[in-house]
Amino acid sequence: MRHEQTAPPRAPAPATHSIGQRTPLVDGIEKVTGRARYTADLPLGPTLVGRIGRSTVAHGLIRAIDTTRALALPGVRAVITGADFSAPYGVIPVAQNEWPLARDKVRYRGEPLFAVAADDEASASAALDAVEVQIDPLPAYFSAADACADGAVPLHDNRPGNIERRVEQDFGDVDAGFAAADLVLERHFECAEVAHGQIELNSTVAQWEPERERLTVHSVTQVPYYLHLTLAQTLGLDASQIRVVKPFVGGGFGHRVEPLNFEMVCAALARAAGGAVSLHLTREEGFLTHRGRPATGTRLRIGMKRSGEITAVDAEVVQRGGAYGGYGLVTILYAGALLHALYRVGAVRYRGARVYTNLPPCGAMRGHGAVNVRFAFESLLDEMAEALKLDPFAVRRANLLVPPTRTLNDLQVNSYGLPLCLDAVEAASGWQTRRGRLGRGRGLGMACSHYVSGSAKPVHWSGEPHAVVNLKLDFDSGITILTGASDIGQGSTTLLTQVVAEVLLLPMARIRVVATDSALTPKDNGSYSSRVSFMVGNAALRAAQAMKRVLVEAAARRLEVQPDDIDWQGESCSVAGTDRQLDFAQVVQAALADSGTLTVKGAWSTPPETQGGKFRGAAVGSTAGFSYAAQVVEVRVDEDTGAVTVERVWVAHDCGRALNPLAVEGQVQGAVWMGMGQALSEETQYHEGLHLRANFIDYRMPTIAESPQIDVTLIESIDPLGPFGAKEASEGALHGFAPALAAAVCDAIGIRPHELPVTPDRVFDAIHARRREQRLSARRAATKAVEKA
Amino acid sequence: MAKRLLTLQVNGRSHELAAADHELLVDVLRDGLLLTGTKQGCDGGECGACTVLVDGEPRLACITLAASVQGRAVVTIEGLSSSGRMSALQQAFHEKLGTQCGFCTPGMVMAAEALLRREPDPSEAQIREALSGNLCRCTGYVKIVESVQAAAQTRTGERA
Repeated sequence: MRHEQTAPPRAPAPATHSIGQRTPLVDGIEKVTGRARYTADLPLGPTLVGRIGRSTVAHGLIRAIDTTRALALPGVRAVITGADFSAPYGVIPVAQNEWPLARDKVRYRGEPLFAVAADDEASASAALDAVEVQIDPLPAYFSAADACADGAVPLHDNRPGNIERRVEQDFGDVDAGFAAADLVLERHFECAEVAHGQIELNSTVAQWEPERERLTVHSVTQVPYYLHLTLAQTLGLDASQIRVVKPFVGGGFGHRVEPLNFEMVCAALARAAGGAVSLHLTREEGFLTHRGRPATGTRLRIGMKRSGEITAVDAEVVQRGGAYGGYGLVTILYAGALLHALYRVGAVRYRGARVYTNLPPCGAMRGHGAVNVRFAFESLLDEMAEALKLDPFAVRRANLLVPPTRTLNDLQVNSYGLPLCLDAVEAASGWQTRRGRLGRGRGLGMACSHYVSGSAKPVHWSGEPHAVVNLKLDFDSGITILTGASDIGQGSTTLLTQVVAEVLLLPMARIRVVATDSALTPKDNGSYSSRVSFMVGNAALRAAQAMKRVLVEAAARRLEVQPDDIDWQGESCSVAGTDRQLDFAQVVQAALADSGTLTVKGAWSTPPETQGGKFRGAAVGSTAGFSYAAQVVEVRVDEDTGAVTVERVWVAHDCGRALNPLAVEGQVQGAVWMGMGQALSEETQYHEGLHLRANFIDYRMPTIAESPQIDVTLIESIDPLGPFGAKEASEGALHGFAPALAAAVCDAIGIRPHELPVTPDRVFDAIHARRREQRLSARRAATKAVEKA
Repeated sequence: MAKRLLTLQVNGRSHELAAADHELLVDVLRDGLLLTGTKQGCDGGECGACTVLVDGEPRLACITLAASVQGRAVVTIEGLSSSGRMSALQQAFHEKLGTQCGFCTPGMVMAAEALLRREPDPSEAQIREALSGNLCRCTGYVKIVESVQAAAQTRTGERA
């Protein structure tokens, strides 16, 4: 072993008022009673019905879209095309090549081409049928290899060869690293494209006030301010003309971190019709809007010493990106950044390529960019451990970081609970006594993973703080948290309430949250890259501290003492060591007497040293705090059918500090389970660009009947920058599932899956291929024996 | 299309409304009666989010014709709490975090309600079987199982 790693003793967490308590969601009652209003439930009055017309051609030049007949139909109020927009859009400022409705060219089957608003469903449907479209087809490409082949027609004129982005990163002397290794192994891994599958259908309601030229949009977004800016850009409006509201949102998982075409289409329809339009998409349209995890091919070579030390890594990653930029260049950078930063490694060569294809655009999905490379990396570690006769846990322990440190690719690591995660799942799963002893067809596998607690550099590098929270305190002695943080089910509203209650030592019942309404709440960078607990949590912490200072000073004035003399207990405060005290209402009265309604602000930004190195693309992967996870998966494999059943999962997640252990457990379980879906059954499928699985029957997410018990251990490494030491909890445990499953399958039947998902047909084929090979070699041996005789 | 007058018993109240023969129960509940607690998450019968009770049995409102439940007792998520008190299942889903984003929750709770009416003390396998038509994308189902188990205990305790 290179270094003896013993985990530092955990600092005992200080006694708490509200954080660290298992706290049901503050908006949970609305959810369980059906009172929660999602976008499609809003009582906004009568609206026109919006519908989108989509391309039936995968790649082609648009010759004409004739809307005359449709517009003449009864009940039809507006028909729009790409010509009704002022500018293209895209979440990354340097890669904006998508129009809300296609202009000049279509690039995938199902791409929005035109849209209608009508009095009712039937009229809207008739109008869709009446639009006449002429498209001259072009050759279309449904795999990265075909799209990059010589002579392929470019999807986008500025990208000959259909390479959206090539990434080349070199750290250390890779050749020397391989030369120093005792074992060098190379494998190829394939991961199918997967989709978010959030249960709420996509929905937008747009209200245009023609008299004032103002637009109000309610939508399913994870990042309201991107949507706000994109609406202004694509509709040619000033941002001040727009109000964006995010109601309850039924899950996101990354589908909704980009502004999506239907949101802009709905707004343009409302403007064209001069009123209000609802646009509720079908599940099939959700799959066509996509932005999921790209199909990924990974060639990976690792050099390892007998001790398990990793001396060199050489990876080549190709992502089939779909038709537009979206988050693509970030995804291919994440794949390189997080490939190896989990461990201390000797040297790394990374080559990444993001390829345009004639399929629905891929984007960010939970575990953005890092899931498929983690599958490759951990799988190869497992195979190398076996070859070197090392325990898979020992191989991980041979490559641990020691915080504080910087990884080979210059990412700051301040807290590192991975050693404790390893210890926890090794013990909980009975690894040392059970592995290899479960009998035929049953096995255990393990893997590690990590993820960012928010990207240290935001998409729009405007110089503003990363997060701002306002607190309002008024005559009613109630505190309102005003935040732009999007609660999409992860519980951010609850977490912010806990943080403010903790600082002020007040009951959570005294605190309300008003969130995600651009007319009321401060801008927030949104719910992506697991940034909210860390960044918005820190902003809320600072806002609450500012509020407390004001209140303590007011109490001191009223009691005619110095602020330092005040003993603050939340619902009351006193002059320390005396019985002179004020209750909370009296303190509020004192504070308001001086200033009227109180509003205070808390802001937070990532420190510069956490924002990554100086090389091109270095910002992606940088974060103020990495989470860490380890997991053990137990499987049963039916060798007659190839079916893999997950019996149980033990996962340990270093969340820094569990601000709400109940919610953290739920997030970790959900992440592991989503990893299971990708590992076992989820896979999109297209025929000549036509989606074959655009529904929840053919796109197979695990049901409750095939989902295992998931035992969670929370590791609290107390991060120096996180709010009360907290880090992310929603993504980091996802990445480890697939490689742990593949290792478990290998432990069970001796066959190593290199392709996801590990479906029964793939396992069945592998079992039969092995049997054929065994028969053939037996026959060859017999023939040889006969020849010898 | 011509509409006819339907009389629906929903959450113990009688409603008269006009609906065409092809109208689905989910649309009548949501658009006609403004009971938006019943959700639609798919294009028909895939996800379970629209589960309601019809004469005590779980039914997918998105593939049930409104006309077919005329005169039968329909219960939606809004009908489970009474006098401002959440049902045992609602309380358990709230306290045990059987809900995250909440979108599948009404359907999940209604399917569980049907189970507990039929089988007051279900095994874990029975819970998983009864809810296997209800998809959740957030929780990994672990806390949903725990929620149903907790509610079953509460209900048993209340009866004792």
